[in-house]
Amino acid sequence: MSERYVTRGFVGRRGTEDGGAGDLRGRTPPGQYLTSDFPVLSAGPTPRTPLDRWSFRIEGLVSGPVEWSWDEFLKLPARDWVVDISCVTKWTHLDMRWRGPSVDTLLESVDIDPKAAFAIAYADGGYTTNLPIDDVLNGQAFVAYEYDGKPLAPEHGGPARLVVPARYFWKSAKWVRGLRLQERDEPGFWESLGYHNRGDQWLEERYSGD
Amino acid sequence: MAAPIQWQLATVTGVRDETASVRSFTLSMPAWPGHRAGQHVDIRLTAEDGYSVERSYSIASAPEAAAQPGGSVEITVERIPDGEVSAFLHDVVVPGDRFEVRGPIGGYFVWEAALGGPLLLVAGGSGVVPLMAMLRHRAAAGSGVPARLLYSSRGGDEIIYRPELDELAADGSGLGVVHTLTRSQPPGWTGYARRIDEAMLSEVLRPLGASARVFICGPTALVENAANALVRLGLPAAQVRTERFGPTGT
Repeated sequence: MSERYVTRGFVGRRGTEDGGAGDLRGRTPPGQYLTSDFPVLSAGPTPRTPLDRWSFRIEGLVSGPVEWSWDEFLKLPARDWVVDISCVTKWTHLDMRWRGPSVDTLLESVDIDPKAAFAIAYADGGYTTNLPIDDVLNGQAFVAYEYDGKPLAPEHGGPARLVVPARYFWKSAKWVRGLRLQERDEPGFWESLGYHNRGDQWLEERYSGD
Repeated sequence: MAAPIQWQLATVTGVRDETASVRSFTLSMPAWPGHRAGQHVDIRLTAEDGYSVERSYSIASAPEAAAQPGGSVEITVERIPDGEVSAFLHDVVVPGDRFEVRGPIGGYFVWEAALGGPLLLVAGGSGVVPLMAMLRHRAAAGSGVPARLLYSSRGGDEIIYRPELDELAADGSGLGVVHTLTRSQPPGWTGYARRIDEAMLSEVLRPLGASARVFICGPTALVENAANALVRLGLPAAQVRTERFGPTGT
């Protein structure tokens, strides 16, 4: 149905959340609503890997895989990020403040094979998600270990999660442990269960076929 | 690429109060493709000037109940104070109203009788809705898979689907329903009267054993605590599937 059906009696609450600032609606992707909460969504129990057994790897089509321990990871150049996050379950939270190294910083430690076109993020608990490498370079993605000035809580993906603000939040893999670079695309967990392969919230790419 | 999940114009054909703040809506669909128990739908409401909002709601009805011409699904919605969509559904919508719906959505928090069991369902508040779809499916499919529902409500009058749960638990198919009432208990209440914890889960799980498939749905703290406790009790994490109702579920 291309023409939207007007719902009898529906007015909505538009504008009430922006306090007159006016620009917040423009920062809210289609079909999303603004929240100041940080809802938790995950498909199973929260994994708990002790920090002394934690590591982060870059592997696949690279000149030699690199792996950092937790202490080494914290010594990588990091910065603060203030980004808007949209979850496919419809909430958008503006100006979320994170800290961690960019994916660019992580990839500086390896030579990438020119054939590499996709990054598969993999996480404790077996979760995976796929991204074109072009979507995670040039400051478009980072690995966060702090949220709002505090260590990232386990239920939010701590000790560290990938954050890709320009995609629905399932692409921001919680409990991330590495990136595997490969030539071939490979749908991850939700991408194999009916969710969109790319997940651009401004194009409302929620589900497969959108 | 898969075919898009199309928006359809659903007609409300039934409205039923479940509790003082929870109401079920039967949505008659022009072309419902069928669903699996545990999946949800998206709803889109549009105002005269084009302003529109979307929300997701779990399907409460069994797949078997959708098999009318075109198909229908039932959703059960808790009225959230100031909820832009839930308050509209409660305060305005009457049978005959129409709005856009698409689905089914979600392929992980799903149970089918063919998957077998035993089955442990853990619910908090309106988190019972997708689990009710599983129990209705279990009954409609004639499944005798051993199953238990551990259901946390604040008080006895906030238990959603209570009469139907009582019937299902008494039908001899091997379903047990265990309530816990966390804030207020009726006189003579002998059941659990505290939040779900590891000891409670251990007792409820015992007759099912460690091979139980688990589905947990409710507020974040309940889901987090229950899932962690079940892993500590020895269930493999892969057997525990979760769905969460955050505080923003308006």
